[in-house]
Amino acid sequence: MFDVAIVGAGPAGLAAAVHAADAGLSVVLVDAGAQPGGQFWRHAVEARVDAEPGAAPPGPSKPDAADARTPAGHHDWKRFADLRARLYAHEAAGTVEYWRTTQVWLLEPGEGSTLLRLAPALDIPGGGPEQLPADVRARQAILCPGGYDRQLPVPGWDLPGVMAAGGAQALLKASGTAPGRVAVVGGTGPFLLPVATGLAAAGVKVAAICEANSPAGWLRNLRGAVRAPEKAMEGAEYAAVLARHRIPYKIRTAVTEIHGTDRVEAVTVSKLAADGSVLPGTGRRIACDVVALGWGFTAQLELVLAAGAETAVDVDDSLTAVVDARLRSSVPGIYVAGEATGVGGAAMAVAEGELAALCVAAESGSATAGSTALGRRIGALQRDRARLRAFAEAMHRANPVPLRWHGWLTPETVVCRCEEVTYRALCTAHADLGAEDARSLKSFARPGMGWCQGRVCGYATASIAADLAGRAFDGPTAAADLRSMSKRTLAAPVRLGQLAALAAEPPAESPAPESPAPEPPAESPAPEPTPTDEGRRP
Amino acid sequence: MPELHLTLDGAPLSARPGQTVGAALTEAGITAWRTTRKEGRPRGLFCGIGVCFDCLITADGVPNQRACLTPARDGMALETGAGPDV
Repeated sequence: MFDVAIVGAGPAGLAAAVHAADAGLSVVLVDAGAQPGGQFWRHAVEARVDAEPGAAPPGPSKPDAADARTPAGHHDWKRFADLRARLYAHEAAGTVEYWRTTQVWLLEPGEGSTLLRLAPALDIPGGGPEQLPADVRARQAILCPGGYDRQLPVPGWDLPGVMAAGGAQALLKASGTAPGRVAVVGGTGPFLLPVATGLAAAGVKVAAICEANSPAGWLRNLRGAVRAPEKAMEGAEYAAVLARHRIPYKIRTAVTEIHGTDRVEAVTVSKLAADGSVLPGTGRRIACDVVALGWGFTAQLELVLAAGAETAVDVDDSLTAVVDARLRSSVPGIYVAGEATGVGGAAMAVAEGELAALCVAAESGSATAGSTALGRRIGALQRDRARLRAFAEAMHRANPVPLRWHGWLTPETVVCRCEEVTYRALCTAHADLGAEDARSLKSFARPGMGWCQGRVCGYATASIAADLAGRAFDGPTAAADLRSMSKRTLAAPVRLGQLAALAAEPPAESPAPESPAPEPPAESPAPEPTPTDEGRRP
Repeated sequence: MPELHLTLDGAPLSARPGQTVGAALTEAGITAWRTTRKEGRPRGLFCGIGVCFDCLITADGVPNQRACLTPARDGMALETGAGPDV
């Protein structure tokens, strides 16, 4: 039994693990990546970057001589290098047990402890650690699942060459691979800037950045709202790079159609009115072979929802975990840190990771618990968090999803990429079958029922449901729509053998969350079984 | 830097150590390696970080692997194919 289990080794989880171990807690850290950093600090394989020729593959606890070097496109690398060195030192000392290339596929909070069921991240030989335990148990858990690009469907977005903005960046950061030759970057928010400049630095011609909102609003919201000098400096840096690479930055503009037969050949970009509707006759065609799209971020809430923790809609329309000032969720023993408490970026995630770890330490009776220094540090982190949170909220308000984005959909536009559900199918489910919310759209037309389980189309389907029903997309109804698209019985795909083993176990003493109702065995690995509300442990 | 030698449907495909299968395919100019079940549409990388399952590929005989997460290995045999059965 560990004092604390931390899920995710991105900015939040990494900080949580290091600070929890520093405070004297025994820590188990579980992460799907082969090396720490998550999406924000994704980087090339450490053995290649750091080691001399012929050196061993990345192992635990090797202090990296190359840490002073900042890989291209990275911010705050020094902070990462410091956290990573401390993590590896804790791992070598045995104070952190770190399971790489491992995913948590089921979380079972119980009386006094939480059980995490583990599986290899990949289903190929060597796709997970050797001797991976089937599960680990800890008194407390800190969930740091991070997030991914939020998407809005657009005609042609299923063509190869169209990528999530973060996906294009991941190709560059991890593999040093440019996704193509000429790119159009579109969506909203400051994240479009590092994606565009990263592409340009890799030799990709960025034909345009299409920002649906206006940076005037951005600046107005910033002024007097908060002081966040580090962000302002980044903004100035990007402006210089945009100018150097002659990248056109188009405001109140969106990619409204993507053209091509078997891959991207061009896009149509159109001007948007203030409410986000497409201004007729403003469409302009731009040839490209890459389209990188991002409309803010979606938090990964599988484990939060599996734990049964309360969720709500944040100012950016994302479903997020409800936490108190000590980052406790509504479920005893389950803390949440990072993007899952509200999308706020890496600096805020690091602060939250430390805050959650120290609050766990304070409550656990560890050596440092109750010390005034600990209390003071918790207070300082809570103030940091409030400041960064105010900044994030200002950014969200300045970069909303365009209210009338549905206007660029055609009946043929694919909304759910997995099940190939078109906008027409959703309209029909509403008009002919009376679907008034996302849940019924999902049952009648099957969006969100394929491999990704609504991770990609969940937001869009929820938003379309509100639009078809003539409702504003906000408040508890939006939360209910998003939840119905986010409910996944399993947090990650696993082999059917693992489900079978689960079913063969004696009933747990603690109340179990919804358990999977596996579909008939067909193949291995198992796709995630379709979640059913009635699914219960046999 | 030693090059890795993979195959895609038997044809040679090279990769650099540390690249994912998806990156190696992209660098070779290949943008799609499966087709969808209903419409037979081509698919390749989309989210790039393991969320969307669009980039599924058969690697060394194991079907439905996410190319964006799968590290390229020397001698790896990749196969394109139709969409996964769900």
